[in-house]
Amino acid sequence: MISDRAIERLREAAAWPELDARYEITGVAGHGGMGTVYVARDHVLDRDVAVKVLDVADQKGSRAARLQREAHILARLDHPGIVPVHDAGTLEDGRAFYVMKLVQGKRLDELMRDGAPLPDRLTMFGRILDAVAFAHAHGVVHRDLKPENVMVGGFGEVYVMDWGVAQDGADSEAAVVGTPGFMPPEQELARQVDRRADIYALGMLLAHLAGPEAPAPLRAIAAKAAHASADGRYQQVEDLAADLARLRNQDRVEAYRESAIERLVRFYRRYELPILLLVAYIVMRFVLLMWRGV
Amino acid sequence: MSFPATRLSVVERTRSGDEETRRIALASIIDAYWKPAYKYLRVKWSLGPDEAADLTQEFFAAALEKDVVEKYEPSRARFRTYLRMCLDGFASNARKAERRLKRGGGVTLVPLDFDTAEGEIRSHEPAVSADVDELFYREWIRALLERSVDDLKRDANAAGRPEMFEVFRRYDLVEDGEPRPTYTAIAAALNLTSATVTNHLAAMRKQFRKIVLDRLRELTSSEAEWEAEAARLFGKRS
Repeated sequence: MISDRAIERLREAAAWPELDARYEITGVAGHGGMGTVYVARDHVLDRDVAVKVLDVADQKGSRAARLQREAHILARLDHPGIVPVHDAGTLEDGRAFYVMKLVQGKRLDELMRDGAPLPDRLTMFGRILDAVAFAHAHGVVHRDLKPENVMVGGFGEVYVMDWGVAQDGADSEAAVVGTPGFMPPEQELARQVDRRADIYALGMLLAHLAGPEAPAPLRAIAAKAAHASADGRYQQVEDLAADLARLRNQDRVEAYRESAIERLVRFYRRYELPILLLVAYIVMRFVLLMWRGV
Repeated sequence: MSFPATRLSVVERTRSGDEETRRIALASIIDAYWKPAYKYLRVKWSLGPDEAADLTQEFFAAALEKDVVEKYEPSRARFRTYLRMCLDGFASNARKAERRLKRGGGVTLVPLDFDTAEGEIRSHEPAVSADVDELFYREWIRALLERSVDDLKRDANAAGRPEMFEVFRRYDLVEDGEPRPTYTAIAAALNLTSATVTNHLAAMRKQFRKIVLDRLRELTSSEAEWEAEAARLFGKRS
């Protein structure tokens, strides 16, 4: 009998792609929804790259078309938060593949398990927003935003990955795609979605990143972004980013109705130094008056 | 696009009007499924070795007599899932009836080596708490890959190139605890160059993939089922 380990090696052996002499596959980086990502050595440019290869070539070619479409989307979205694609093609056995930059880092879900501080998480979230806003400006809706699809590099650079189910303009599949928990209601019904579907996923992602102990205004921002109704959400990624910036600057957050006390506390925090200086000045004048009176 | 040569699904062939074609197709199903079925009965139904062996024999005998395979509807489930559900129903009925399970009854289509299967369970005891669906799937994959390795070896020998299979065996069939040898080590052991080892390994892997996909095509009932099973086999591990 072959052992479980041997089974894994045989599965790997049977799936192992044979590319041309330029790319030498050296290992498996991970498995995705429809393909496996390998690490390869690009012998022409003498660097390591990542190669995404379809697990199986279907007779209709729909899987290949989807992978090729993903490569074309990546090629079009030239942004520091979106992984650049270098090459694309089809293996002899019919499996499509594309070559991209090898991102050395950790997935966001792994990073969160390691306990990154909230300010760092919000900085990363801001970079995700930049990348998604850029895609939206080019007519692309990701449709599967979640921590597992975000890579964070060694220098804090953020890459939004896995654009395999993205909707490019009106070109998309009719099937339900996405991940439960990050999918808005309209996407679960397999309707054509718009950028607000990504805003829902970003809201869920923010709630995930912020955690239950997050300040109420931050939770309110996440809740507004992940509103069940698309009309109840932020309508643009930029609106979401602007509300987060207001929170950072101690301004009034659009998504959160604050009490008078909270408003006072926020006012104090924002103008803490001038308020303290004013109070010190008043106290000093009072002491001087008292002293002269004596 | 290069696509695996189509072998007719055994499920389709069990519906053939030709008795011989039907008999061979059923024998293929038994060949692919008897070991997963036996191990499944041992683990999920906690049957002893003799009981599980008897029930496995009876199940496949009944499958022949009662047109179990012919009743399969591809739109409702994968064939693998259907067969496992039939097995569950069969075991449940056997338990309810509290009848003494008869010995095989001489209806075996292919010799089933239960001693080997039992030895495999003893040497590699499956976790009882493991997902039983996953257990059945795992054993089914094990049987599929074992048969495919046999085919690969037979083909290499028939082509007069046993050294090609030997390269594959030494590199891709290393067992638990054995370190994977380097290409150089394999080249030295087989008196080949490292480049030849690389080429042989690539050729064998390619052939192996084709054999596995062909066998998978035989054991599935539709293109969609084949595609889903192949994607699960080569894709994300659950």
